[in-house]
Amino acid sequence: MSVSQSFEYLEKLRDFFYGMLELRDRLRERGFIWPRPYPVDGLVVGTVKVKVGFPAMLRNGVIMDVTNVEQSQIAEEAGAVGVMVLDKLPYDVRKAGGVARMADIKVIEDVMRHVTIPVSAKVRIGHYYEAFILESVGVDLVDESEVLTPVDEQHHINKWLFNVPFVNGCRELCEALRRISEGASMIRSKGEAGTGNVSEAVKHFKALYKSIEELASAYRSGDEERLRDFARQCQVPIELVTLTARLGRLPVITFAAGGIATPADAALMMWLGADGIFVGSGIFKSQDPRERAEAIVLATAHWDDPEIVVESQRMVSERSAMMGMDVKSLRPEELLQVRGV
Amino acid sequence: MFDVKVGVLALQGDVEEHEHAFKAAAKELGLTIEVVRVRRTEQLSDVRAIVIPGGESTTIGSLANRVKLLDALKERIIDGLPTLGTCAGAIFMAREVKDSVVGETGQPILGVMDIAIVRNAFGRQRDSFEVDLNVDGFGTLRAVFIRAPAIVKVWGDTKPLAKLRYPRVGEVIVAAQENAMLATAFHPELTTTAMHKYLLEIARGKA
Repeated sequence: MSVSQSFEYLEKLRDFFYGMLELRDRLRERGFIWPRPYPVDGLVVGTVKVKVGFPAMLRNGVIMDVTNVEQSQIAEEAGAVGVMVLDKLPYDVRKAGGVARMADIKVIEDVMRHVTIPVSAKVRIGHYYEAFILESVGVDLVDESEVLTPVDEQHHINKWLFNVPFVNGCRELCEALRRISEGASMIRSKGEAGTGNVSEAVKHFKALYKSIEELASAYRSGDEERLRDFARQCQVPIELVTLTARLGRLPVITFAAGGIATPADAALMMWLGADGIFVGSGIFKSQDPRERAEAIVLATAHWDDPEIVVESQRMVSERSAMMGMDVKSLRPEELLQVRGV
Repeated sequence: MFDVKVGVLALQGDVEEHEHAFKAAAKELGLTIEVVRVRRTEQLSDVRAIVIPGGESTTIGSLANRVKLLDALKERIIDGLPTLGTCAGAIFMAREVKDSVVGETGQPILGVMDIAIVRNAFGRQRDSFEVDLNVDGFGTLRAVFIRAPAIVKVWGDTKPLAKLRYPRVGEVIVAAQENAMLATAFHPELTTTAMHKYLLEIARGKA
């Protein structure tokens, strides 16, 4: 499915949300201006095509969590399609407790000066100003992430206001569609970050595709009532539900994230329908980051070629993998995935 | 049966967008085509045209090198296989590559086309843009530039097809052709079938 089929509707949705916003004028006064005026005639930035098109270029690729320049260079050499700069890897966020915030701007800028691939960073759920700062710094993709401590229990950022594309996490279809209607240009599974355990990501992908298949079959049989019920239940526009049902997938690029630690984990998620992979703690919490990074890139690109998946798994040793945790052993308040629904 | 078999290099990048554009182009031309996702050298042998998609050129390069596709692909393109490279694809085809921030990249490339290219020439993703662009032989296209490179020099048989004037960067080439090789800094697959139609026509010996 080409994301170009989503442009027309998402452009309408953007105009609708943007047009009715009183907030726009208030934000304009504070320096948010959209569309950004540009010194070349007829040239526009921050459009749907540019924001939803960008993640399409990341297809079949791996985005790796890094905390410094050295790690980002290892990621680039291994063939990553992007790096995500964090202050602490999700595993350490989990261990450290306290409030987890946006990464250090100096580190992000340092990484941007040293690698040619896209640089992403995380903001707290609902934190407009962290997002505004990252956009100004020049980050290529903003992850509004449950791994950091949310600042708004009720609302996510209105992402239509930004020129920079956003990725958001989801556990099932309703959550994904709500994020897209708020302007997310890309979706990822939430999984359970920092556990080295891919089981929650598997659960979230299966839930996502089960609902999509149900909607697709309702669409094929002309059961408009079912689509309307679903839209009402999820509190999203019916047109967005219909588009998803017609395409048989989310209308934006969908990556797998949360607990991916081995090449086999990556290949599994690609098989379950992911367009690409985010690896958090899995690489730089292992004993063999260089080999593991390269092996995960290889397994992601060739997930449907058994010989190459075997070869990639052979490149890493299970003894060097990060120690995983059983998600069942976590207390309910330790779960990150329940933040921001 | 199909009229023509074409390929999309499918190591990394927007492969499905190109597949979609190829199919839409074939429909407009009234052709039946087969689109192969090329990931192994043997899949290269019977395609009549190939697209190198957008994506990360460093990733595509290192994967192509690893599965030994780089040399085989280079050989077929030099032999005259009609090729369209978009964004990362254009970088991959160029003889000379630099990055606007990092400088020399030393990344694996095909080096088959007489162009010099600068990666990330227009800035970062927030500066990505769309614009109506006049491309020689293709008319006015809505061109989407995503962290796009710019062609700063062409030589030999290569002809510039489109130019763009941009602040700080000056006037640069954003589409070029050398015989059956086409390179674009933007992504025609996202908005138009014009270039895929042309590729199908040369693949069938009609252009």
